[in-house]
Amino acid sequence: MTEEKKDFFVSDISLSYQYTAGNATTRFLNKVAEGKLVAQKCPKCSAVYVPPRGSCPRCGVATEEELELPDTGAVESFTIVHIPIPGNPIVPPYVSAMIRLDGADISFLHLIQEIDLADIRIGMRVQAVWKDKSDWGTTLENIKWFKPTGEDDVDPSVFKFKE
Amino acid sequence: MIEAAVLGVGQTKYEAKRRDVSMGGLVRKAIDKAMLAADVDWDAIDAVILGKAPDMFEGVMMPELSLVDAIGANGKPLLRVHTAGSVGGSTAVIAASHVCSGNFDTVLTVTYEKQSESNATWALSPKYPYSPHINAGAGGYFAPYMREYIRRYDAPENIGWKVAVKDRLNALKNPLAHLQIPGIDENMVAETPMLWEPLRYLESCPSSDGACAMVISNKKLAESRNAAWIKGMAVRSEGTLSAGRDEVNPQGGQDCAKDIYDQAGITNPFKEIDCAEIYVPFSWYEPMWLENLHFCDLGEGWKLTERGATEIEGDIPFNMSGGVLSSNPIGASGMIRFGEACLQVTNQAGNHQVDGANVAMGHAYGGAAQFFAMWIVSNKK
Repeated sequence: MTEEKKDFFVSDISLSYQYTAGNATTRFLNKVAEGKLVAQKCPKCSAVYVPPRGSCPRCGVATEEELELPDTGAVESFTIVHIPIPGNPIVPPYVSAMIRLDGADISFLHLIQEIDLADIRIGMRVQAVWKDKSDWGTTLENIKWFKPTGEDDVDPSVFKFKE
Repeated sequence: MIEAAVLGVGQTKYEAKRRDVSMGGLVRKAIDKAMLAADVDWDAIDAVILGKAPDMFEGVMMPELSLVDAIGANGKPLLRVHTAGSVGGSTAVIAASHVCSGNFDTVLTVTYEKQSESNATWALSPKYPYSPHINAGAGGYFAPYMREYIRRYDAPENIGWKVAVKDRLNALKNPLAHLQIPGIDENMVAETPMLWEPLRYLESCPSSDGACAMVISNKKLAESRNAAWIKGMAVRSEGTLSAGRDEVNPQGGQDCAKDIYDQAGITNPFKEIDCAEIYVPFSWYEPMWLENLHFCDLGEGWKLTERGATEIEGDIPFNMSGGVLSSNPIGASGMIRFGEACLQVTNQAGNHQVDGANVAMGHAYGGAAQFFAMWIVSNKK
Protein backbone atom coordinates (compact mmCIF):
# COMPACT_ATOMS: atom_id res chain seq x y z
CA MET A 1 0.00 0.00 0.00
CA THR A 2 1.38 3.39 -0.90
CA GLU A 3 1.17 5.90 1.83
CA GLU A 4 -0.71 9.07 0.98
CA LYS A 5 1.57 12.08 1.06
CA LYS A 6 0.42 14.42 3.76
CA ASP A 7 1.94 17.82 4.21
CA PHE A 8 -0.88 19.31 6.25
CA PHE A 9 -2.78 17.96 9.22
CA VAL A 10 -5.05 19.27 11.93
CA SER A 11 -4.14 18.68 15.55
CA ASP A 12 -5.83 19.90 18.70
CA ILE A 13 -4.01 21.99 21.25
CA SER A 14 -5.24 23.16 24.59
CA LEU A 15 -4.48 26.15 26.69
CA SER A 16 -5.49 26.44 30.31
CA TYR A 17 -5.67 29.78 32.01
CA GLN A 18 -6.72 31.29 35.27
CA TYR A 19 -9.44 33.92 35.06
CA THR A 20 -9.52 36.72 37.58
CA ALA A 21 -12.94 38.30 37.57
CA GLY A 22 -11.93 41.58 39.17
CA ASN A 23 -13.66 43.52 41.90
CA ALA A 24 -16.84 44.66 40.11
CA THR A 25 -17.56 41.33 38.42
CA THR A 26 -16.83 39.41 41.62
CA ARG A 27 -19.36 41.51 43.53
CA PHE A 28 -21.89 41.06 40.71
CA LEU A 29 -21.41 37.29 40.50
CA ASN A 30 -21.64 36.82 44.28
CA LYS A 31 -25.08 38.48 44.10
CA VAL A 32 -26.08 36.42 41.05
CA ALA A 33 -25.35 33.35 43.19
CA GLU A 34 -28.17 34.63 45.47
CA GLY A 35 -30.50 35.19 42.52
CA LYS A 36 -30.02 38.96 42.47
CA LEU A 37 -28.99 41.18 39.54
CA VAL A 38 -27.01 44.06 41.04
CA ALA A 39 -25.99 46.89 38.73
CA GLN A 40 -23.55 49.77 39.30
CA LYS A 41 -24.33 53.41 38.65
CA CYS A 42 -22.04 56.11 37.28
CA PRO A 43 -21.69 58.96 39.82
CA LYS A 44 -21.39 61.49 36.97
CA CYS A 45 -23.85 60.61 34.19
CA SER A 46 -26.02 58.20 36.23
CA ALA A 47 -25.70 55.44 33.60
CA VAL A 48 -26.62 52.06 35.08
CA TYR A 49 -24.36 49.16 34.08
CA VAL A 50 -25.28 45.48 34.34
CA PRO A 51 -23.17 43.42 34.38
CA PRO A 52 -20.98 46.13 35.90
CA ARG A 53 -17.33 46.45 34.91
CA GLY A 54 -16.41 48.82 37.70
CA SER A 55 -16.21 51.95 35.58
CA CYS A 56 -18.22 54.10 33.19
CA PRO A 57 -16.58 54.25 29.72
CA ARG A 58 -18.49 57.49 29.02
CA CYS A 59 -17.03 59.38 31.96
CA GLY A 60 -13.92 57.38 32.82
CA VAL A 61 -14.84 57.19 36.49
CA ALA A 62 -15.33 54.30 38.88
CA THR A 63 -18.89 53.07 39.49
CA GLU A 64 -19.30 52.41 43.21
CA GLU A 65 -23.03 52.77 43.92
CA GLU A 66 -24.88 49.48 43.59
CA LEU A 67 -28.56 48.96 42.92
CA GLU A 68 -30.62 45.82 42.46
CA LEU A 69 -32.51 45.50 39.17
CA PRO A 70 -35.53 43.31 38.46
CA ASP A 71 -35.12 40.23 36.24
CA THR A 72 -37.49 41.72 33.66
CA GLY A 73 -36.60 43.76 30.61
CA ALA A 74 -37.03 44.11 26.88
CA VAL A 75 -35.35 42.90 23.68
CA GLU A 76 -33.16 45.66 22.23
CA SER A 77 -32.31 43.52 19.20
CA PHE A 78 -31.61 39.87 18.41
CA THR A 79 -30.55 37.32 15.86
CA ILE A 80 -31.59 33.75 15.26
CA VAL A 81 -28.51 31.59 14.88
CA HIS A 82 -29.07 28.82 12.33
CA ILE A 83 -25.59 27.34 12.06
CA PRO A 84 -23.72 25.22 14.58
CA ILE A 85 -20.85 27.19 16.11
CA PRO A 86 -17.64 25.20 16.62
CA GLY A 87 -17.19 24.52 20.33
CA ASN A 88 -20.67 25.78 21.25
CA PRO A 89 -22.99 23.12 22.69
CA ILE A 90 -26.25 24.99 21.97
CA VAL A 91 -28.20 23.33 19.15
CA PRO A 92 -29.43 25.77 16.46
CA PRO A 93 -31.70 27.42 15.68
CA TYR A 94 -31.58 29.53 18.81
CA VAL A 95 -32.12 33.18 19.67
CA SER A 96 -29.24 35.34 20.81
CA ALA A 97 -30.76 38.56 22.10
CA MET A 98 -29.56 41.86 23.47
CA ILE A 99 -31.54 41.98 26.72
CA ARG A 100 -32.03 45.39 28.32
CA LEU A 101 -33.05 44.91 31.96
CA ASP A 102 -35.54 47.45 33.33
CA GLY A 103 -33.52 50.32 34.74
CA ALA A 104 -30.27 49.40 32.89
CA ASP A 105 -28.51 51.53 30.30
CA ILE A 106 -26.63 48.72 28.51
CA SER A 107 -27.77 45.33 27.24
CA PHE A 108 -26.23 41.91 27.60
CA LEU A 109 -26.55 38.84 25.40
CA HIS A 110 -28.72 35.99 26.54
CA LEU A 111 -31.06 33.34 25.12
CA ILE A 112 -34.80 33.64 24.57
CA GLN A 113 -36.97 30.54 24.67
CA GLU A 114 -40.58 29.48 25.32
CA ILE A 115 -41.70 31.33 22.18
CA ASP A 116 -42.15 30.69 18.46
CA LEU A 117 -39.00 31.97 16.74
CA ALA A 118 -41.13 33.89 14.24
CA ASP A 119 -42.76 35.90 17.05
CA ILE A 120 -39.61 37.42 18.51
CA ARG A 121 -39.30 41.14 17.90
CA ILE A 122 -37.45 44.26 19.00
CA GLY A 123 -39.21 45.83 21.99
CA MET A 124 -40.70 42.55 23.27
CA ARG A 125 -40.99 42.33 27.08
CA VAL A 126 -39.14 39.39 28.65
CA GLN A 127 -38.41 37.88 32.05
CA ALA A 128 -35.61 35.63 33.26
CA VAL A 129 -36.27 31.92 33.77
CA TRP A 130 -33.98 30.78 36.58
CA LYS A 131 -32.50 27.36 37.11
CA ASP A 132 -33.48 25.44 40.20
CA LYS A 133 -32.00 27.22 43.22
CA SER A 134 -29.94 24.18 44.18
CA ASP A 135 -28.02 24.57 40.87
CA TRP A 136 -27.10 28.22 41.36
CA GLY A 137 -23.46 29.30 41.24
CA THR A 138 -21.50 32.48 40.59
CA THR A 139 -22.56 32.61 36.95
CA LEU A 140 -25.16 34.21 34.69
CA GLU A 141 -25.93 30.65 33.65
CA ASN A 142 -28.20 30.67 36.73
CA ILE A 143 -30.61 32.21 34.24
CA LYS A 144 -31.54 29.44 31.80
CA TRP A 145 -33.01 31.88 29.31
CA PHE A 146 -35.51 34.71 29.05
CA LYS A 147 -39.15 34.18 28.10
CA PRO A 148 -41.83 36.62 26.90
CA THR A 149 -44.03 38.12 29.61
CA GLY A 150 -46.97 38.78 27.29
CA GLU A 151 -47.03 42.49 28.20
CA ASP A 152 -47.28 45.18 25.50
CA ASP A 153 -44.04 45.85 23.59
CA VAL A 154 -42.00 48.89 24.55
CA ASP A 155 -41.20 51.58 22.02
CA PRO A 156 -37.54 51.14 20.91
CA SER A 157 -36.92 54.81 21.75
CA VAL A 158 -36.72 53.71 25.42
CA PHE A 159 -33.33 52.16 24.62
CA LYS A 160 -31.87 55.60 23.91
CA PHE A 161 -29.66 56.85 26.72
CA LYS A 162 -31.08 59.84 28.54
CA GLU A 163 -28.50 61.71 30.53
CA MET B 1 0.11 68.34 6.76
CA ILE B 2 0.87 64.75 5.84
CA GLU B 3 3.81 64.29 3.49
CA ALA B 4 3.70 60.58 2.81
CA ALA B 5 2.69 58.54 -0.19
CA VAL B 6 2.17 54.90 -1.09
CA LEU B 7 4.77 53.90 -3.68
CA GLY B 8 3.62 50.33 -4.22
CA VAL B 9 0.91 47.87 -3.23
CA GLY B 10 1.33 44.09 -3.30
CA GLN B 11 -1.41 41.52 -2.84
CA THR B 12 -1.48 37.75 -2.98
CA LYS B 13 -4.19 35.79 -4.71
CA TYR B 14 -6.91 35.29 -2.10
CA GLU B 15 -8.06 31.70 -1.66
CA ALA B 16 -9.75 29.48 0.90
CA LYS B 17 -6.59 27.43 1.42
CA ARG B 18 -3.12 28.57 0.37
CA ARG B 19 -1.50 25.21 0.98
CA ASP B 20 1.36 26.14 -1.36
CA VAL B 21 2.89 28.57 1.16
CA SER B 22 3.61 28.85 4.86
CA MET B 23 2.64 32.02 6.74
CA GLY B 24 6.13 33.32 6.01
CA GLY B 25 5.79 32.50 2.33
CA LEU B 26 2.39 34.15 2.19
CA VAL B 27 3.55 37.49 3.60
CA ARG B 28 6.71 37.41 1.48
CA LYS B 29 4.67 37.00 -1.71
CA ALA B 30 2.78 40.22 -0.96
CA ILE B 31 5.98 42.02 0.10
CA ASP B 32 7.85 41.03 -3.08
CA LYS B 33 5.02 42.38 -5.21
CA ALA B 34 4.81 45.62 -3.22
CA MET B 35 8.56 46.24 -3.45
CA LEU B 36 8.56 45.47 -7.15
CA ALA B 37 5.66 47.86 -7.68
CA ALA B 38 7.44 50.50 -5.58
CA ASP B 39 10.76 49.85 -7.34
CA VAL B 40 12.73 49.86 -4.08
CA ASP B 41 15.19 47.32 -2.67
CA TRP B 42 15.77 46.21 0.92
CA ASP B 43 18.36 48.93 1.59
CA ALA B 44 15.60 51.50 1.17
CA ILE B 45 13.41 49.99 3.90
CA ASP B 46 13.99 51.74 7.24
CA ALA B 47 11.36 49.95 9.34
CA VAL B 48 8.70 47.24 9.08
CA ILE B 49 5.18 47.45 10.50
CA LEU B 50 3.17 44.21 10.64
CA GLY B 51 -0.50 43.80 11.43
CA LYS B 52 -2.80 40.85 11.86
CA ALA B 53 -6.00 39.90 13.65
CA PRO B 54 -6.00 38.01 16.99
CA ASP B 55 -3.14 35.54 17.51
CA MET B 56 -5.77 33.09 18.73
CA PHE B 57 -6.91 32.58 15.13
CA GLU B 58 -3.87 30.59 14.00
CA GLY B 59 -2.62 29.92 17.52
CA VAL B 60 0.75 31.52 16.74
CA MET B 61 1.62 34.04 19.40
CA MET B 62 3.47 37.23 18.40
CA PRO B 63 4.00 35.99 14.83
CA GLU B 64 6.00 39.11 13.95
CA LEU B 65 8.91 37.48 15.81
CA SER B 66 8.96 34.16 13.97
CA LEU B 67 8.28 35.99 10.69
CA VAL B 68 11.17 38.40 11.13
CA ASP B 69 13.23 36.92 8.29
CA ALA B 70 10.29 36.54 5.92
CA ILE B 71 9.35 40.18 6.34
CA GLY B 72 12.93 41.44 6.04
CA ALA B 73 12.93 43.00 9.48
CA ASN B 74 16.23 41.57 10.67
CA GLY B 75 18.19 44.42 12.24
CA LYS B 76 15.41 46.90 11.53
CA PRO B 77 12.82 48.54 13.77
CA LEU B 78 9.73 46.31 13.82
CA LEU B 79 6.30 47.04 15.23
CA ARG B 80 3.21 44.85 15.49
CA VAL B 81 -0.26 46.39 15.27
CA HIS B 82 -3.41 44.71 16.55
CA THR B 83 -6.88 46.25 16.40
CA ALA B 84 -9.06 43.22 15.55
CA GLY B 85 -10.69 43.35 12.09
CA SER B 86 -9.71 46.97 11.54
CA VAL B 87 -6.02 46.08 11.92
CA GLY B 88 -5.18 46.25 8.22
CA GLY B 89 -6.34 49.87 8.19
CA SER B 90 -4.74 50.96 11.44
CA THR B 91 -1.48 49.26 10.42
CA ALA B 92 -1.42 51.41 7.26
CA VAL B 93 -2.09 54.57 9.29
CA ILE B 94 0.62 53.69 11.81
CA ALA B 95 3.13 52.88 9.05
CA ALA B 96 2.41 56.22 7.38
CA SER B 97 2.71 57.96 10.76
CA HIS B 98 6.23 56.59 11.10
CA VAL B 99 7.12 58.20 7.76
CA CYS B 100 5.49 61.47 8.83
CA SER B 101 7.48 61.38 12.06
CA GLY B 102 10.58 62.17 10.04
CA ASN B 103 12.50 59.31 11.63
CA PHE B 104 12.04 56.97 8.65
CA ASP B 105 12.14 57.79 4.94
CA THR B 106 10.54 54.57 3.79
CA VAL B 107 8.48 52.01 5.70
CA LEU B 108 7.36 48.56 4.59
CA THR B 109 4.03 47.45 6.01
CA VAL B 110 2.36 44.06 5.68
CA THR B 111 -0.78 42.38 7.00
CA TYR B 112 -2.08 38.86 6.57
CA GLU B 113 -4.31 36.07 7.75
CA LYS B 114 -4.09 32.37 7.02
CA GLN B 115 -7.62 31.42 7.92
CA SER B 116 -7.13 27.86 6.64
CA GLU B 117 -4.76 27.29 9.57
CA SER B 118 -7.34 28.57 12.01
CA ASN B 119 -11.01 28.69 12.74
CA ALA B 120 -12.03 32.29 13.19
CA THR B 121 -15.65 31.51 14.05
CA TRP B 122 -14.43 29.24 16.85
CA ALA B 123 -11.93 31.87 18.02
CA LEU B 124 -14.62 34.56 18.04
CA SER B 125 -17.12 32.38 19.89
CA PRO B 126 -15.48 31.49 23.18
CA LYS B 127 -17.46 30.78 26.29
CA TYR B 128 -16.70 33.68 28.58
CA PRO B 129 -16.17 32.65 32.18
CA TYR B 130 -19.31 32.81 34.33
CA SER B 131 -21.58 33.50 31.35
CA PRO B 132 -23.82 31.41 29.13
CA HIS B 133 -22.14 30.28 25.89
CA ILE B 134 -23.90 32.56 23.42
CA ASN B 135 -21.23 34.09 21.18
CA ALA B 136 -21.79 32.90 17.62
CA GLY B 137 -19.05 34.33 15.44
CA ALA B 138 -18.81 37.79 13.90
CA GLY B 139 -22.07 37.37 12.00
CA GLY B 140 -23.89 36.43 15.19
CA TYR B 141 -22.49 39.50 16.87
CA PHE B 142 -23.32 42.03 14.13
CA ALA B 143 -26.68 40.62 13.00
CA PRO B 144 -28.67 42.34 15.80
CA TYR B 145 -27.18 45.71 14.76
CA MET B 146 -28.23 45.10 11.15
CA ARG B 147 -31.71 44.09 12.28
CA GLU B 148 -31.98 47.35 14.22
CA TYR B 149 -30.85 49.31 11.13
CA ILE B 150 -33.55 47.61 9.05
CA ARG B 151 -36.18 48.38 11.70
CA ARG B 152 -35.09 51.97 12.21
CA TYR B 153 -35.27 52.94 8.55
CA ASP B 154 -37.82 50.42 7.25
CA ALA B 155 -35.34 49.05 4.70
CA PRO B 156 -36.51 46.37 2.25
CA GLU B 157 -35.05 42.87 2.63
CA ASN B 158 -33.48 42.76 -0.84
CA ILE B 159 -31.02 45.59 -0.10
CA GLY B 160 -28.73 43.08 1.57
CA TRP B 161 -29.03 40.74 -1.44
CA LYS B 162 -28.24 43.65 -3.77
CA VAL B 163 -24.99 44.45 -1.97
CA ALA B 164 -24.03 40.77 -1.99
CA VAL B 165 -24.56 40.61 -5.77
CA LYS B 166 -22.87 43.92 -6.58
CA ASP B 167 -19.66 43.11 -4.71
CA ARG B 168 -19.43 39.62 -6.24
CA LEU B 169 -19.97 41.00 -9.75
CA ASN B 170 -17.09 43.39 -9.03
CA ALA B 171 -14.99 40.44 -7.86
CA LEU B 172 -15.34 38.88 -11.30
CA LYS B 173 -13.29 41.85 -12.57
CA ASN B 174 -10.55 41.28 -9.98
CA PRO B 175 -8.40 38.19 -10.64
CA LEU B 176 -7.07 38.26 -7.07
CA ALA B 177 -10.55 38.05 -5.48
CA HIS B 178 -11.34 34.81 -3.64
CA LEU B 179 -15.02 34.32 -4.51
CA GLN B 180 -15.72 34.12 -8.22
CA ILE B 181 -19.43 33.42 -8.74
CA PRO B 182 -20.43 33.95 -12.38
CA GLY B 183 -24.14 34.52 -12.84
CA ILE B 184 -24.80 35.54 -9.25
CA ASP B 185 -28.11 37.36 -8.81
CA GLU B 186 -30.50 38.32 -6.03
CA ASN B 187 -32.45 35.06 -6.33
CA MET B 188 -29.30 33.03 -5.86
CA VAL B 189 -28.44 35.01 -2.71
CA ALA B 190 -32.01 34.79 -1.37
CA GLU B 191 -32.01 31.00 -1.77
CA THR B 192 -28.82 30.43 0.21
CA PRO B 193 -29.23 29.19 3.79
CA MET B 194 -29.95 31.61 6.61
CA LEU B 195 -26.94 31.82 8.94
CA TRP B 196 -27.67 34.57 11.44
CA GLU B 197 -31.02 36.23 10.74
CA PRO B 198 -31.30 38.47 8.75
CA LEU B 199 -28.03 37.32 7.13
CA ARG B 200 -27.90 34.61 4.51
CA TYR B 201 -24.86 32.61 3.46
CA LEU B 202 -24.04 34.72 0.40
CA GLU B 203 -24.54 37.93 2.41
CA SER B 204 -21.51 36.99 4.50
CA CYS B 205 -17.78 37.20 3.85
CA PRO B 206 -15.73 34.09 3.07
CA SER B 207 -12.73 32.75 5.03
CA SER B 208 -9.60 33.51 3.04
CA ASP B 209 -5.85 33.13 3.12
CA GLY B 210 -3.93 36.13 1.89
CA ALA B 211 -1.60 39.03 2.53
CA CYS B 212 -1.32 42.65 1.49
CA ALA B 213 1.77 44.85 1.71
CA MET B 214 2.59 48.47 0.95
CA VAL B 215 5.70 50.60 0.68
CA ILE B 216 5.12 54.07 2.12
CA SER B 217 7.65 56.84 1.70
CA ASN B 218 8.16 60.56 2.07
CA LYS B 219 8.34 63.08 -0.75
CA LYS B 220 12.01 62.46 -1.50
CA LEU B 221 11.19 59.17 -3.22
CA ALA B 222 7.54 59.76 -4.00
CA GLU B 223 7.77 63.04 -5.87
CA SER B 224 9.00 61.51 -9.12
CA ARG B 225 6.62 58.53 -9.05
CA ASN B 226 3.04 57.59 -9.80
CA ALA B 227 2.31 57.59 -6.08
CA ALA B 228 -0.86 57.72 -4.02
CA TRP B 229 -0.52 60.71 -1.70
CA ILE B 230 -2.15 60.42 1.70
CA LYS B 231 -4.36 63.49 2.18
CA GLY B 232 -5.98 62.51 5.45
CA MET B 233 -5.70 59.58 7.86
CA ALA B 234 -7.08 58.81 11.30
CA VAL B 235 -8.06 56.10 13.75
CA ARG B 236 -10.78 56.19 16.41
CA SER B 237 -12.08 53.75 18.97
CA GLU B 238 -14.98 53.67 21.41
CA GLY B 239 -15.98 51.64 24.44
CA THR B 240 -18.03 48.54 23.62
CA LEU B 241 -20.02 48.51 26.84
CA SER B 242 -20.68 52.22 27.11
CA ALA B 243 -24.13 53.56 27.92
CA GLY B 244 -25.55 55.57 25.04
CA ARG B 245 -23.43 53.85 22.42
CA ASP B 246 -25.21 53.60 19.06
CA GLU B 247 -23.96 50.36 17.53
CA VAL B 248 -25.84 51.07 14.27
CA ASN B 249 -24.12 54.42 13.74
CA PRO B 250 -21.03 54.44 15.98
CA GLN B 251 -19.67 57.82 17.07
CA GLY B 252 -16.10 56.59 16.50
CA GLY B 253 -16.81 56.01 12.81
CA GLN B 254 -18.50 59.38 12.39
CA ASP B 255 -15.65 61.23 14.08
CA CYS B 256 -12.92 59.35 12.22
CA ALA B 257 -14.53 60.15 8.84
CA LYS B 258 -15.00 63.81 9.78
CA ASP B 259 -11.35 64.01 10.79
CA ILE B 260 -9.97 62.67 7.48
CA TYR B 261 -12.37 64.83 5.44
CA ASP B 262 -11.21 67.92 7.33
CA GLN B 263 -7.55 66.99 6.79
CA ALA B 264 -8.17 66.45 3.07
CA GLY B 265 -10.30 69.59 2.71
CA ILE B 266 -13.37 67.58 1.73
CA THR B 267 -16.70 69.20 2.58
CA ASN B 268 -19.01 66.98 0.52
CA PRO B 269 -17.70 63.40 0.50
CA PHE B 270 -20.45 62.17 -1.81
CA LYS B 271 -19.36 64.63 -4.50
CA GLU B 272 -15.64 64.95 -3.84
CA ILE B 273 -14.64 61.30 -3.32
CA ASP B 274 -14.50 59.40 -6.60
CA CYS B 275 -14.66 55.89 -5.16
CA ALA B 276 -14.24 54.08 -1.86
CA GLU B 277 -13.12 50.71 -0.53
CA ILE B 278 -15.21 50.31 2.60
CA TYR B 279 -15.11 47.41 5.07
CA VAL B 280 -18.35 45.53 4.37
CA PRO B 281 -18.03 41.95 5.69
CA PHE B 282 -21.81 41.53 5.86
CA SER B 283 -24.15 42.96 3.23
CA TRP B 284 -26.07 45.41 5.40
CA TYR B 285 -22.91 47.24 6.42
CA GLU B 286 -22.86 49.01 3.05
CA PRO B 287 -25.93 51.18 3.71
CA MET B 288 -24.97 51.51 7.39
CA TRP B 289 -21.50 52.85 6.53
CA LEU B 290 -22.84 55.10 3.74
CA GLU B 291 -24.64 56.93 6.54
CA ASN B 292 -21.97 56.62 9.23
CA LEU B 293 -19.31 58.05 6.88
CA HIS B 294 -21.52 61.03 5.92
CA PHE B 295 -22.09 60.06 2.28
CA CYS B 296 -25.80 60.69 2.93
CA ASP B 297 -28.30 61.49 5.67
CA LEU B 298 -29.46 58.89 8.19
CA GLY B 299 -31.96 56.48 6.65
CA GLU B 300 -30.85 57.31 3.10
CA GLY B 301 -28.05 54.74 2.81
CA TRP B 302 -30.21 51.86 1.65
CA LYS B 303 -31.79 54.11 -0.98
CA LEU B 304 -28.36 54.88 -2.46
CA THR B 305 -27.64 51.16 -2.62
CA GLU B 306 -31.07 50.50 -4.10
CA ARG B 307 -30.61 52.97 -6.94
CA GLY B 308 -27.18 51.60 -7.84
CA ALA B 309 -25.15 54.58 -6.62
CA THR B 310 -22.46 52.26 -5.19
CA GLU B 311 -21.99 50.27 -8.40
CA ILE B 312 -18.70 50.69 -10.25
CA GLU B 313 -20.31 53.16 -12.67
CA GLY B 314 -22.42 54.84 -9.97
CA ASP B 315 -22.09 58.17 -8.17
CA ILE B 316 -20.03 56.75 -5.31
CA PRO B 317 -18.61 53.32 -6.23
CA PHE B 318 -18.05 51.10 -3.16
CA ASN B 319 -15.74 48.07 -3.18
CA MET B 320 -14.75 47.87 -6.82
CA SER B 321 -12.35 45.03 -5.95
CA GLY B 322 -15.20 42.87 -4.64
CA GLY B 323 -14.59 44.00 -1.09
CA VAL B 324 -14.47 41.95 2.10
CA LEU B 325 -17.57 40.10 0.88
CA SER B 326 -15.37 38.53 -1.84
CA SER B 327 -11.99 38.14 -0.07
CA ASN B 328 -11.47 38.09 3.69
CA PRO B 329 -8.00 37.31 5.00
CA ILE B 330 -9.10 39.14 8.17
CA GLY B 331 -5.84 40.76 9.25
CA ALA B 332 -5.20 41.99 5.70
CA SER B 333 -8.78 42.92 4.83
CA GLY B 334 -8.40 46.51 6.06
CA MET B 335 -5.10 47.06 4.27
CA ILE B 336 -6.60 45.69 1.05
CA ARG B 337 -9.18 48.50 1.27
CA PHE B 338 -6.42 51.07 1.81
CA GLY B 339 -4.23 49.60 -0.93
CA GLU B 340 -7.05 49.29 -3.44
CA ALA B 341 -7.84 52.99 -2.89
CA CYS B 342 -4.20 53.69 -3.88
CA LEU B 343 -4.47 51.50 -6.98
CA GLN B 344 -7.57 53.44 -8.07
CA VAL B 345 -5.99 56.90 -7.86
CA THR B 346 -2.82 55.72 -9.60
CA ASN B 347 -4.86 54.09 -12.38
CA GLN B 348 -3.53 50.60 -11.63
CA ALA B 349 -6.77 48.82 -10.72
CA GLY B 350 -7.10 46.97 -14.02
CA ASN B 351 -10.57 45.77 -14.93
CA HIS B 352 -12.12 47.19 -11.79
CA GLN B 353 -10.66 50.67 -12.33
CA VAL B 354 -13.06 53.60 -11.89
CA ASP B 355 -12.51 55.94 -14.83
CA GLY B 356 -10.73 59.11 -13.82
CA ALA B 357 -10.51 58.33 -10.10
CA ASN B 358 -8.41 61.07 -8.47
CA VAL B 359 -9.54 60.89 -4.85
CA ALA B 360 -10.35 57.59 -3.08
CA MET B 361 -11.11 56.46 0.44
CA GLY B 362 -9.98 53.36 2.34
CA HIS B 363 -11.86 52.26 5.47
CA ALA B 364 -11.73 49.48 8.04
CA TYR B 365 -13.62 48.65 11.20
CA GLY B 366 -13.23 45.94 13.77
CA GLY B 367 -13.92 44.53 17.20
CA ALA B 368 -17.51 45.11 18.28
CA ALA B 369 -17.73 47.83 15.58
CA GLN B 370 -15.65 49.95 17.95
CA PHE B 371 -12.28 50.31 16.13
CA PHE B 372 -12.06 52.51 13.04
CA ALA B 373 -9.26 53.39 10.62
CA MET B 374 -9.58 55.46 7.45
CA TRP B 375 -7.60 57.37 4.89
CA ILE B 376 -8.04 59.53 1.81
CA VAL B 377 -5.53 59.20 -1.04
CA SER B 378 -5.07 61.30 -4.15
CA ASN B 379 -2.83 61.24 -7.22
CA LYS B 380 -2.00 64.90 -6.56
CA LYS B 381 0.50 65.88 -3.91
